Amino acid sequence: MPPLFALVDCNNFYVSCERLFRPDLRGSPIVVLSNNDGCVISRSEEAKALGIPMGAPWFTLRELEKRHHMEVFSSNYALYGELSARVMNILRDLSPRLEVYSIDECFLDMSGLGARVAEHACRIRADIQRLVGLPVSVGVGPNKTLAKLANQWAKKHTRSGVAVLGNEQQREYLLRQASVGGVWGIGRRLRHNLEARGVKNAWELSHQDVGTLRRCFGVTLEKTLRELRGECCFALEEGGPAPRQMILCSRSFPRRVEVLATLREAVASHASRAGEKLRRQGSVCRMVQVSLYGGGADAPHWHSVTVPLPAASDDSRDLVRAAVAGADHLFRPGTRYRKAGVTLLDILAPSSCQEDFFQPPPRPDGQALMHALDQINTRLGRGTVRLGRIPARPEWAMRQERRSPHYLCRWSDIPRALS
Amino acid sequence: MTPDKSTPGQGLRFPLYLSRVAAGFPSPADDHIEARLSLDELCIRHPDATFFLRASGDSMTGAGIFDGDILVVDRARTARSGSVVVAVVDGGFTCKRLLIDRDRVWLRAEQPGYPDIFPAEGAGLEIFGVVTHCVHALPV
Repeated sequence: MPPLFALVDCNNFYVSCERLFRPDLRGSPIVVLSNNDGCVISRSEEAKALGIPMGAPWFTLRELEKRHHMEVFSSNYALYGELSARVMNILRDLSPRLEVYSIDECFLDMSGLGARVAEHACRIRADIQRLVGLPVSVGVGPNKTLAKLANQWAKKHTRSGVAVLGNEQQREYLLRQASVGGVWGIGRRLRHNLEARGVKNAWELSHQDVGTLRRCFGVTLEKTLRELRGECCFALEEGGPAPRQMILCSRSFPRRVEVLATLREAVASHASRAGEKLRRQGSVCRMVQVSLYGGGADAPHWHSVTVPLPAASDDSRDLVRAAVAGADHLFRPGTRYRKAGVTLLDILAPSSCQEDFFQPPPRPDGQALMHALDQINTRLGRGTVRLGRIPARPEWAMRQERRSPHYLCRWSDIPRALS
Repeated sequence: MTPDKSTPGQGLRFPLYLSRVAAGFPSPADDHIEARLSLDELCIRHPDATFFLRASGDSMTGAGIFDGDILVVDRARTARSGSVVVAVVDGGFTCKRLLIDRDRVWLRAEQPGYPDIFPAEGAGLEIFGVVTHCVHALPV
């Protein structure tokens, strides 16, 4: 059975989340700013039309805000994390195998659907719009790289929001339309290099000599090239060419768990493992999402909470502290939990973190400690050296002057319906 | 029987339930000690599609919805004529009873003195979700 992948991703995710409880903002230019009101990390179509680039620093936008009545939001991670969890839960019902790739992207296994794949893709989009109220695009192809390209095509060129790559002619057409920079895993520097060599689009890229490119740019590009040609090189649950945008560690309990101390240990362990993966790919993260699965004899479900970190970190101690705080928050006595998971979100390269005067200073020996910890655990086995007792939950203080209300996690903030 | 969603990637698995029908004497091994009663389970059938909104006003007191009450709103349910819904009106959320009559769709309050709300000419009526429960706190 030939493999078939769908990439489902939310359109302008953070903005769409902000619009869910603000129907008055449809059609308005909206931007969402990063932590500490730094830079633009999400734009509505109307804001894009005003020429606002991704990553624009906030102070450059104040004129536009006034002139076009642009709505500006600080990141509301609790909202985005909760809505993301709901979307992923719904997708689990719609596909036997999936890989949650980032806070708003998910790969689904669609092999075996044959001719019904387009209908199923449309149903996915319709269901998520109906159940959660978020618009998603769905791209289908024989591998992840082509599914991503099909998804971009669906977003830009279709009204249905769905695109299925069905045959060779469609593949050629899609690749000719796609820029080199639009291909998954091709970063800015690589794009410049390739364009300097005269590679004008993804179709030409797919015809480059693999050996030559591998010598110049490394092995990862080879897999991308082969995927552009229609081969399947990245399996489900194996990520892709770029560092992961999201790292998930979870495990089922062999027996139902009802004791908070056990849950804390479990999430601390997941957070540690996730921290190892994070450091291995040289990234830091800013958000930790904790999920517990249980409750309800006949219909258990996932409960999640998102804990933002005061500063971007790859230090397991920070991740564990956040994870334990999350578990404390979610725990309900009397519930029989079956599974726990920790997800690291908002992952980025350390160099792209904007430093802020008000965030706490990094621990002076943090890096050395983490390096030693990783070395010992690599040689002697995972978990040889573990973190000790978890201290009490600290205060999370973050500058978020324009954050929308906590619609989904504070009773005082729930939206109003005139009645 | 419910599909086991707890292990994504493993396919669907159906837990085997022991019979609840009395057949002779109850077996001590028939251990279905459930967790304590939960209002979440009572009121929320589709957790991923359910949202809480706060009722603001007096137009629905006839339906038992009072100012300040918490509305349990389910987007997974199909709204029918007679459903109490949260709809989008003038860029905001409104809670009213939905009425459908052949090809007309409109909103009605549950209190005299409030006019019916009809969607604009040519426009549809957008329903945010169906109100399934209303939580009213009594003064203590």
